[in-house]
Amino acid sequence: MPDDTPLLSLEGITKDFYGTTVLRDVSFALRRGEILGLVGENGAGKTTLMRILFGMPVIAETGGFGGTVRIDGQPASFRNPFDALDAGIGMVHQEFSLIPGFTTTENIMLNREPSRRNVAVDLFGPRMATLDRPAMTARATKAIERLGVELHPDTLVSEMPVGHKQFTEIAREIDRDNVKLLVLDEPTAVLAESEAEILLASLRRLAAQGIAIIFISHRLHEVTAVADRVVVLRDGQLVKDTSAKGVEVREIAAWMVGREVDANARVRSDRKYGGPALEVEHLWVDMPGETVRDVSFTVREGEIFGIGGLAGQGKLGIPNGIMGLFAAGGTVRLHGKHVELDAPRAALDAGMAFVSEDRRGVGLLLDESLDWNIAFAAMQVKGAYLKRWLGGLFSLRDEKAMRALAEQYIELLEIKCTGHRQKAKELSGGNQQKVCLAKAFALEPNLLFVSEPTRGIDVGAKKLVLDNLRRYNRDEGTTIVMVSSELEELRAICDRVAIVDEGRIAGILPPEAPLADFGLLMAGERAAEASA
Amino acid sequence: MKTPFKLPSAARVRRFAADNVVVLIFLFVTAIAVPSSKLSGTYIIQDLLTRYGRNAFLVFSLLLPIMAGMGINFGMVLGAMAGEIGLIFAVDQGIAGVQGLLYAVLVGAPIAILLGWIAGQVLNRARGREMVTGYILGFFMDGVYQFVVLYLMGAIIPITSKAITLSRGYGIRNTLGLDSVRQSLDKLLKLELGSFDLPMATYLVIALLAIFIVWFRRTKLGQDMRAIGQDQTVSHSAGIPVERTRIMAIVISTLLAMVGQIIFLQNMGNMATYNAHRQTGFFAAAAILVGGASVAKATIPNVLVGVGLLHLMYIVVPPAGARLFGSAQIGEYFRDAMSYAVIALALALHAWRKRANAESARAGLRGAASGAVAPAKMEGGAE
Ligand SMILES: Nc1ncnc2c1ncn2[C@@H]1O[C@H](COP(=O)(O)OP(=O)(O)OP(=O)(O)O)[C@@H](O)[C@H]1O
Ligand SMILES: [Mg+2]
Repeated sequence: MPDDTPLLSLEGITKDFYGTTVLRDVSFALRRGEILGLVGENGAGKTTLMRILFGMPVIAETGGFGGTVRIDGQPASFRNPFDALDAGIGMVHQEFSLIPGFTTTENIMLNREPSRRNVAVDLFGPRMATLDRPAMTARATKAIERLGVELHPDTLVSEMPVGHKQFTEIAREIDRDNVKLLVLDEPTAVLAESEAEILLASLRRLAAQGIAIIFISHRLHEVTAVADRVVVLRDGQLVKDTSAKGVEVREIAAWMVGREVDANARVRSDRKYGGPALEVEHLWVDMPGETVRDVSFTVREGEIFGIGGLAGQGKLGIPNGIMGLFAAGGTVRLHGKHVELDAPRAALDAGMAFVSEDRRGVGLLLDESLDWNIAFAAMQVKGAYLKRWLGGLFSLRDEKAMRALAEQYIELLEIKCTGHRQKAKELSGGNQQKVCLAKAFALEPNLLFVSEPTRGIDVGAKKLVLDNLRRYNRDEGTTIVMVSSELEELRAICDRVAIVDEGRIAGILPPEAPLADFGLLMAGERAAEASA
Repeated sequence: MKTPFKLPSAARVRRFAADNVVVLIFLFVTAIAVPSSKLSGTYIIQDLLTRYGRNAFLVFSLLLPIMAGMGINFGMVLGAMAGEIGLIFAVDQGIAGVQGLLYAVLVGAPIAILLGWIAGQVLNRARGREMVTGYILGFFMDGVYQFVVLYLMGAIIPITSKAITLSRGYGIRNTLGLDSVRQSLDKLLKLELGSFDLPMATYLVIALLAIFIVWFRRTKLGQDMRAIGQDQTVSHSAGIPVERTRIMAIVISTLLAMVGQIIFLQNMGNMATYNAHRQTGFFAAAAILVGGASVAKATIPNVLVGVGLLHLMYIVVPPAGARLFGSAQIGEYFRDAMSYAVIALALALHAWRKRANAESARAGLRGAASGAVAPAKMEGGAE
């Protein structure tokens, strides 16, 4: 590089939220065309750092930050995201911000549509200009080509698979003429492996065109695959800033947690099961993008049953349908008793609990405190944590019991927070996920559905979460149905793993079955009848 | 995603019926009423042609707020009031003919803009409840209108003509004769086609408005309205000024309603000063809904079909009532009840239709779950 002023340099960035320091003296620099993998445990401060860089209003609202952000050597302080956009920084957010009834093109060009002047512009201002549709399509197509992906410019977003939405969003960021730096916060979390591959390839293409990229992911193999440099945050401090060449996943994991991380050791000793706990026959579920067409299986008492498969094939639809969150039909029996579908309350009353993959949508009350979040479902469903007065005429929350419960799970799951009164929205993504788990445990269900339990959770905490599931199953005898897109974790703790393909179960395998067999099922080869 | 799924023909008919139930009920009632009204075809057609000119403009004013996700703008009556104030001044100044109408528009425009801006502000504070808020706002502004016209005009606001003021010296009379401007637009370019009279100038104005709407949808502002209509949060984070845009939608709608009311009244030839606007929003809403629009989606054909159907019913039902029940009154009650029912039905249908659509889309996804033997590979297939 002839020009040696870095594109971006962060100097001594410090940030605290109400006295809790979450970033301490973080400094690093980034050159043009460089891909930087930013990793760290849940709550290490990655998202916060990116919010500072992008001028998100939460930062100013919580007292600003210390240190300097320099772009091309010039100090930059963005008062809002639009300033950051003007300075050439694009950010791809975790939640999709797309207009469902608009096409790919309309979304990529949203609020930046090329237009033609006319008389009305002189009279009433620039918003009366007519859109230049051909130019819009041309620019959108160019942005899509730069990404190197297959996206049709006229597809409606509401009819796209998840991966395409993610690409549309990235295309929108890189369409800006001046984009120099692209920030992606866990962009692959919602993607299937194959889609993630394409995304990584696109990132390399963009970097080759001179765009610098900050890539945040908990899938460390993606980081080693795509990044030129790795920056590791631990408890808000920068602990490692190194070239990614020759770095291994294990090393990164160790830097993140400050100790050696052991691989998921499989401990499966004498497993005992009872009779059938959950019987599902001819289930269909109308969940957009995760349609279940015809699924039948039986889970035995005390078993951990895994459901895997590629994104969009319907594995997520199974628990969502049984729990009554999406329209469903077919027969479901729990311990021989018929469970009414299309009725969330019926599923809860029957003794089932569900940790949703959509923690922001249905998982948490973001404006409420932790203890309330953990206890409220149990309170609603079982009347737990309520003190009754006058023979049950009215009842009050039992604050003490709620607090004890919250503290128990904060410790057990190592939820990183300032205390049980902290609001759920103030937790980092991964820690919110742990709260969802605690909430389900507190329900003391006799059947627990967990969907993507480790999404957004760092390597160290992953094992913790899996261990807790296993312990819960062993100590309480709770039957668990776990849905996950990570085959490895399914194989690590499940007694049997079903693979879903095109809305049907392609086959059920024991976890020891060779990887290739799982691969075949996912690829659409239907197994004759492989059961454990 | 979409699998080419063939509905069985019975189901397809049901689906079509469900989609167009309002239109179908209307056609049914009118089909019975037309012969029993004993009105001649020429009479009905001539009356329809007149009513098109009189009402279509008003109904068009509902299109933009629906596009901006604000539902049916019952607050359009504010525009109607502005138009009436404009007409009062035109009559008072004795400006006759098309000039009088233009004068009324010029006077009405700033009032409509102001009222529309106020309505927009209020509706921005009542997100998600725009329709009912607009309705109530109409009642409230009706009170203000009465105060202005009944007390201030002639007292504080100078009114010169004694002929239109109440005998006590201030306030406008209950009925305002619009002889000076009566049908001046309709007669400007009258085309006689066989036995029919066509008010071509009025039609031309309406056609220009339709072209304006088509053009407007292609503008940046139109695109922003569409975006906001679908997702305000996303639009906001893309930098679209959500609140401003919503206010613009309402201001334009109010302005159009102002012009629409002037066109309506010049055709009627006189104006019930304190009542003329009371039902404007209601009739316009009924018309657009009868035309197959929903509170979330409306098109120009919806307007055209709706105006025709609603007024066909208005023409034929009272005489049919008179013949069948011996009383035109019953027919009139009946047609009012029908219009109210249409609005209620259309609103309920909006909710219900969404469910029905999901249901039928789902029917194709069930595979063998409904009991049939499952073939190893389904013909449907995934994406
Ligand atoms: N608005 C807020 N108010 C108070 N504390 C907050 C707020 N936002 C974040 N925090 C705290 O800052 C810390 C860092 O959070 P951050 O979201 O940056 O973590 P992260 O590295 O992105 O983690 P994850 O991998 O789980 O997404 C956490 O301890 C979190 O509780
Ligand atoms: Mg984060």
